[in-house]
Formats: sequence, C-alpha cells, structure tokens
Amino acid sequence: MKRTLSKTSINGFINYGIVIAAFLILQLLMAQGMISNTLKSLLVPVCCYIVMAISLNLTVGILGELSLGHAGFMSLGAFSGIVAAMAMQEFSPVPRLIAAILVGSIAGALGGVLVGVPVLRLQGDYLAIVTLAFGEIIRNIIVVLYVGLDQKGIHITTNSAGPALEEGGIMVIKGPMGAVGVPKLASFTAGFVLILITLFVVQNLVNSRAGRAIMALRDNRIAAESVGIHVTKYKLMAFVISAALAGAAGALFGLNYSSTVSSKFGFNTSILILVFVVLGGLGSIRGSIISAALLYILPEMLRGFEFITKARMLIYAVILIAVMLTINNPALKSLLEERDLSLGGLLGKLKNGGRAKKGGAGQ
Amino acid sequence: MKRFAAVLLAALMVFAMAACGGNANQQSSTPGGDAGNSTPGGGNDTPAPAGTVTIKVGGIGPLTGDLAQYGTATEWGAQVAVDEINALNGPVRLEYDFQDDTGVAETGVAAYNTLKDWDVDVIYGTTTTAPCIAVASETFADRYFQLTPSASSPDVTANKDNAFQMCFTDPGQGIAAANYMKDNNLGTKIGVIYNNGDAYSTGIAQAFADKAKELGLDVVATQTFPADTTTDYTVQLSACKDAGADLVFLPIYYTPASLILAQAKQMSYAPVFFGADGMDGMLDMQGFDKSLAEGLMLMTPFNASATDSRTATFVESYKKLSGGVIPNQFAADGYDCMYAIYEACCQIEGVGEMDHSQLCDALIALFTGGTFKVDGLTGTGMTWLQSGEISKAPVVVKVENGAYVNA
Amino acid sequence: MSFLSNILTGVSLGSIYAIIALGYTMVYGIAKMLNFAHGDVIMVGAFMCFFATGRYGLPPLVSVLLAVVVCTALGILIEGLAYKPLREAPSLAVLITAIGVSYLLQNGAQLLWGADTKTFTPIVSGSLSLVEGRLNISYVSLLAMACCLVVMVCLTLFTSRTRMGKAMRACSEDKGAAQLMGINVNSTISMTFAIGSALAAVAGVLMCSAYPVLSPTTGSLPGIRAFTAAVFGGIGSIPGAFLGGILLGIIETFAKAYISTDLSDAVVFAVLIIVLLVKPAGLLGKYVPEKV
Repeated sequence: MKRTLSKTSINGFINYGIVIAAFLILQLLMAQGMISNTLKSLLVPVCCYIVMAISLNLTVGILGELSLGHAGFMSLGAFSGIVAAMAMQEFSPVPRLIAAILVGSIAGALGGVLVGVPVLRLQGDYLAIVTLAFGEIIRNIIVVLYVGLDQKGIHITTNSAGPALEEGGIMVIKGPMGAVGVPKLASFTAGFVLILITLFVVQNLVNSRAGRAIMALRDNRIAAESVGIHVTKYKLMAFVISAALAGAAGALFGLNYSSTVSSKFGFNTSILILVFVVLGGLGSIRGSIISAALLYILPEMLRGFEFITKARMLIYAVILIAVMLTINNPALKSLLEERDLSLGGLLGKLKNGGRAKKGGAGQ
Repeated sequence: MKRFAAVLLAALMVFAMAACGGNANQQSSTPGGDAGNSTPGGGNDTPAPAGTVTIKVGGIGPLTGDLAQYGTATEWGAQVAVDEINALNGPVRLEYDFQDDTGVAETGVAAYNTLKDWDVDVIYGTTTTAPCIAVASETFADRYFQLTPSASSPDVTANKDNAFQMCFTDPGQGIAAANYMKDNNLGTKIGVIYNNGDAYSTGIAQAFADKAKELGLDVVATQTFPADTTTDYTVQLSACKDAGADLVFLPIYYTPASLILAQAKQMSYAPVFFGADGMDGMLDMQGFDKSLAEGLMLMTPFNASATDSRTATFVESYKKLSGGVIPNQFAADGYDCMYAIYEACCQIEGVGEMDHSQLCDALIALFTGGTFKVDGLTGTGMTWLQSGEISKAPVVVKVENGAYVNA
Repeated sequence: MSFLSNILTGVSLGSIYAIIALGYTMVYGIAKMLNFAHGDVIMVGAFMCFFATGRYGLPPLVSVLLAVVVCTALGILIEGLAYKPLREAPSLAVLITAIGVSYLLQNGAQLLWGADTKTFTPIVSGSLSLVEGRLNISYVSLLAMACCLVVMVCLTLFTSRTRMGKAMRACSEDKGAAQLMGINVNSTISMTFAIGSALAAVAGVLMCSAYPVLSPTTGSLPGIRAFTAAVFGGIGSIPGAFLGGILLGIIETFAKAYISTDLSDAVVFAVLIIVLLVKPAGLLGKYVPEKV
C-alpha cells in the first residue's frame, strides 16, 4: 500500500474529475437541448445507483463480505427521507431535500448497526443469506406500516385503517400503496453533489488507517487479528458507512418519484446493484461509477430498437453473461496485464479476486 | 497510462450517453410519424387520406416480469382497437406504441419519457397502480392527457385533472361488493382473504371492511398473504372455515385465486366465493379445471363468452394477435380506452392543429363536460366524473357450467 | 386438531422446499457456487411436463422423464457455456453469470411460451384423509417426501460409495489436488450440474403439482426460499437441505397461523437469522475452523 499511496490519491482525483466532467458535459448538452427526455429522466436514478454501487463496493469489494440486502438500506432511507420531507412542508425545497437525505442516511446507518452487530461474525454465504433475509424483513414490515402526519407530529400504526389524524393531517405511507403524493424534490445537481460526498467519504476511508485495517481484514483476517486489528470494530465501521450512504441514495431516489412502494427494494434491486459492483470490479470505485451508469442506461437504450421491445431484458441478460465471460477470459486478462492497461479499474481488482482469501472458486 | 484510460473512459461514457439520445431521436423519426414537425398531431404529411389527423397514443405497462400477463393484455386489447379504428378510415388515425415498465415506478417514468421523445400526444396507461401514480404526476406537470385501462387506485387521479380511469376504482368495488352482499343476503358470516402486499387488493379490502361495518355485515375472519407468488393458502382458508364463514370475499387477482379454490376443494371447504374484477380471466387460464370455479361470483365489466357481435369480433381478433389467449377485462378495458380516445378526438374541432397540452385541455373539457358518452365492451353510455373516475355499472356474474351467467 | 393440521400443512409445503433445496445444495456442495439459475431450471422442467401432458397427452411418467432429460441437457449446456469458462474466475463473477442465466431463462421462457399464467395438470391428485377427514395431506406432498428421502439416500450413497461420487467430494475439497490425483475436474463438475438439473426437473413437476400455477417467473421465489432452506440446514449438507426445507415450511405455516399472516415473511426470516446466530454454519453444517 505504501508504494501506491501517491498513486491512490491521484486515482481519487481522477474519480472526482470524471464525475465533474460528466456533470459539466451533461449540463452543457442539456442547455443546448441536445439530450433526450429519456436520458434526462434517467439522470437522478443513475446518480442514486452510482452511490448505491460505491457504497456496496465498500462492503463487498473493500471489506470483502457479500451482502445481498443492500436495497433494504435504500428502502429505509427512501421512506424515512420521504416522511422527513413531508413533515417539513413549510420549508423551501433545498433544505427539505438536505434534511431528507440526512434523515435517510441516519436511518440507513441505524439499520446497518442493527444488522451489523449480530451478523458480522458470520462469514461468506451465511452473511449473504442473513443480509438477504434482512432486506426481506424490511420490505415486509414497511408493507404493513401506515404513517400519517398532522399538527401533533408523526403517527405510525400497522392497522390498515390508518392512524387517526387531526383535521388537515396527511397520510404519507399507506401500507402496500407505499408513499404517494411525494413532492419531486430530487434534482440532477443534488445527485451529483451526493456522488461527490460519497466519493469523498469512501476514498478518504480507504486511504486512512481504518481503511487499511479493513482491507487487511479482507485479505487475511487471522493475520490482521494477530497484529491487533479489532475485527468487529472495523467491519462494523465499513458496514455502517456503507448502509448510511445507501440510505442517503434511497432518500434521493424516493424524492424523485411521486409514488414509491417497498416491493421496489426487494431482492432483485439488491442483485442489480451487486451486478454493477462486480462488473465494475471489486474494490474499484471508478469501475462502480462507470458500470452503474452504463448498465442502468443499457436497458433503456435498448428501447430505441423497435424489434426488440419484448426481448429487451433477454438481450440485457445475454450482454451480462457475455461481459462476464469476456472480462474473465484468461487470454484477454494476461494480455491486459502485459500491457499494464487495466481499463481504468474496470478489470482492476477483479483479477485479484477481491475476496482472495475465500477458498473454493475464489482462488 | 491510467490517465489515458480515464480519459478514454470518460469519452466512452459521454459517447454512450450521446448514443442513447441519438437512438431516441432515431425513434422519433420512424416512418408514419411527423418527425421534425413541432406540432405533433398535425400529421397532415402522413400517407393517410387528405384531412386525416394522426394522433400518437403511447401506452405503458409491464411486458416483462411478474406482472407481464396484465401488461400484455392491455397492450394487445388496445392494439385490436387501433387496428379496427384505422381500418375505419375516419377523420382520426391512431398511431400506437407500447413501452415496458416492468410494473415499477422508475421504469414507468423512463418509459413515459421515451414516449415523449417519440412526440406522443396522449398517454394510455399505465397498467398497474404504482407506476401509474408516478407517471400521472409527470403527465400532470407536462400536460399530457392520460387514460389508464386498469390502474384503479384513487391516488391515480387524485389532484390531477388530466388522469382518467377506464376501470372501477378500488374503493368503489369494495363498496359495491358489500352492497351486493347485503342486498342479496349472500352470506351470514363473511371471510375475507386479500393480498396485503398489493395496492389493488388492499384498497378493495379496506373499503369493503368499512362498508360492511356500516351495513352490519358479519365479517368473521380477515386473512392476508404477502404476494401473488404465495403458493400455500391452507392456513388462511382454515381460519375462515373455523370461523364458520359461508361466504369468502377474495378481492385478488385470478392467479392466486385459482390456487385458493383448488386448496379449498382439497380441504372440503365449500363456501360461496366472491371476487372482484381481477378474478376475470381465471376460466381462460390454459389447463384450468373449470369445475373448481363452479358457483364463483365476481364483479366484472366484461364477459368474453358474450354473444354480441362486437365482443365476438374482439375475442376473435385478440386471439389472432395473442396466439390463442382469450382476452380478459384488462384487454377489454384497453380496447375501450382506444375507442374513448378516438371518439373524443373526432369530436374536438381543430384537433390537427393542437399540441399535446392544448389537446390535453380539450380532452379534459370533453371528458368532464357531461355530454361525452362512450359505448364499449365493458359498458354502455360510460361517462367520467370530474375526479377522473369512470361511472359505469358493475355487473355481478356467477360461474355456471364453466361460463358466466348474470347473477 | 388445528395444531396437527397446521403441522401437516407445514410439512407439505416444506417437502416442496426440501426437494428444491436438495438440488441447490448438491451444486453448492460440489461446485461451491450459488446457482441462482436453479429456480429457473425448475420452471423449464415444469413447462416441459406441462406441454407433454397438456398438449401432447403423454402419460405422466413419460412427461416427467422428458422433463428430466431436457433439464439435464439444459444444465449441462448452461454449465458448459456459461460456468466452465469461469472456472478460474472469482466466485462472485460466477454468481453474476448465474444471475444472467436466470434472467435469460425467464425472459426466454416468456418470449417462447407467453407471460400468461397456466394451470398445471397435477401428475398425482387427491389427498389422504385421516381422522374422519379432519386432517388432510395431499398425495403430492407424500410423493414429494418419498422423493426427498429416496434422493437423499441415493445422493448420500452416491457421494460416499461410487468412484464418481468420491471424485466429486475430492473436487469440493480441493480442486487442484483432485486434478493432481488424476480426476477430471471439468467433467466431474459437469456431472454435478447434470444431477442438480435432473433434480430440478423433478422438483419443478412436484412443485407445480402441489401448487398448480405456472408462469415464467414461477421458479424465482421458490428458488430463493429453497436457498434459504439449504442455508438453514447447513448448505452443502444433503440431510441438512431436507431438514431445512421441512422446518422452513413448518415455521412459515406456524407464523401464519399463530402470529400474523401480515408478517409471516418477516417472522420466517427472523427465525432464520436467529438460528444462524446460534449455529453459524446452519443446523447440520460443519463449522470448519480456519487454519493459519
């Protein structure tokens, strides 16, 4: 790590650069009216998914623990953020959005502690199943929650008749109907700022003493423990930060649509984000950013071709498999290694296996 | 080297995004459309006879995923109507495109924007409630007229003057069911089983519970299940059976309902089952044992085995389009939506010169004006309330010998 | 009495989870990969049987055999095309590829066979009544349990007694060493997939006989449930998968009957988490301490 210290900080600046450049170019194109409505509508969710991918990369790539319930934290952030934004009707949009994102990240972090403390002693696939279970529990609980707001504050009940509200009170979350009538506070600029904050948090963590401890745990837990690294503390630190960022992304996501239902944040969304991370390269922040952006836009791009409207997801699946096979092709990999051209991290850590310590197919 | 790669990737990303925009532009110049024409709808340059106006109708619904069967039904039902309408050579032609939303709000909004890039005039959809609410608030802000065949929550139309429904609302159905049970003395003890993970099902069940209380109906058991992919309902049925329910209300879709009927038979529990419009389609499931549904009552606006010529023609054309699938009320509502849009556009003067927001205002005025009536497969003389809700009479049918008869 | 009847319901549901979990755990135990496409192979198997009996009127046994043959071929094909090239790749890369295969099968099935739900014709129908009809257990559940037991015994004998089975266990312990001992690792793993997919076909037919609806997404949820069951019992352990499946069915039924139908999913997963906290390797899994 010592050798690459300056290199990593340069790497970090490049990441900021890419994000800022992409933002400026897109703003410029938008000002010129050169961007289609479709792409415009994808900008906010793309930002959310980029933050989700970076934060999941912290758990999977940098901490080295497989999580299949990342969307659960997004869900916590989305619904708590929506409640916060609705409770602050009298404020102007920007402070409402900031407050919602803060509340969302706190909710995500609390969820992270709740799950992290008991389960981080499990490993590998067992941790994966517990995070999956947690995601499902969150989904199931939010489906039966009815949340209302009135002068006296927030009322929460699981009774399907909803809480008794005073005159002028509003229902924010209505069980399976989810949150409806949400103001659209999210904007591309907010998403852009959130990505920068995420980059700042994650990159500084990775390059800090704590980050090196976390990576040491990934590479060899026993060796790390033997030099006095506190396993639970550092694991929990990475996990909770990851969950908090996911909560923030969830809040932004929830405030971009006028209706949000909890079934959206199920297993499939968790998997989608994991796909972004793995395809971008475990441990590679830049890879996560690029692959989340490209892969999220891909199915929408496929809409452009009329003859494949129905086969859109089929083609997506084929591309997914083809990409996995190509970037893991031994011949191609050795070629790239020879030339020291690691496609800016797209392949990056993937070749090291990220979870290199894990046995079996990992080696 | 790394820097080079980074620049390369940044360029790649921008290129990909530009390519995405490019595709959309390409799409908007599909033949038959009025590309480059700043007033969509003024398609006087189409190959159709002089004086014909082309209206672009963009549909949204799930074509992939768990809910794909409902989305494809609305897609094909509307397609049948569009083909018929365009064969009429009337003053208005419809150009129709349907986009997939996988039943999810974010994809629905993306699909809507794809249609905007196609210069759509009127939005048809979305099929399911959650994306419909999200899309309706976008169309409300952008001023597009929106007519949904099947998104039945009152939240779809709430506070939006531009959103209209072809189906009954959920609370409307729950109230109608309670009234019908009271008026016909259907059961002494009532059990309810519904999907508490689904807005449609929960909406009906809640309104039903309130109305039943008001009417003094004796609801002895209320049971839920979490998703339509649930397979085992024995516990829920046992609870109804143990409570002595002789009438079980099932405000759910036909797929889980078919399992409930089979499992009730297995445990020799035979109350009267009463369903809402989501139950329509069960009899036409491939391989379904119709004897299971004997005596089932449901509220449906549409009957595929009706003998009137319009229904028969519709069923015939639909089967041709779908490869033998028999249409259900989703398809019929979709068909009626297209006729409602078509007939309304025919009545509006100067429709060819209007952009989408002018057309939206004109359609709203017409739909809520009180004089505009549509005859369709799901009702005759259908009108709309100010709220966007449809006003048509619910019809209760009973299954006898594997077919619907009016109850 | 309702308690006993709930147990029977739970066991019936659990027997279906168990038979799916057996295929899952088999592949995991040997190839050490989470095959998320397993649920979709189940769906394909069920569709094969549906078409064979429903459309071509073949007798049930022939249909099941046909489903087994098709799924085995499909399993070998998937393994050869998608997983074999990733033998040296990190396990997560294989996981993502499996997810890709799952999407591919689901969407392919939808394009080929349509999105509408079909009603499956059960290969066995009727149920066994006990205590004057107050307790019921369907013949399909009994058949599923019998199948589970037979499969369990056969798999255990196969992996412990036969040459191929021993080769499989060797591969699961250490691929490199197995190769050095002259075992053809590639063909051994292909064989594992063949067996796993054949089991998936049987599971698909039994599942759709017990709960006779069939659509392209039929396999995905039971796939996840079976994965849960397999982990619950100790993933990789063959008796564990059976036990995990049955217990999961019973817990789910009890949660619905005695706690709340609203929160049954949450209760099932909460129990799973608690069990894993007490026994981190699942009920019958062996906890292998790491060597330094």
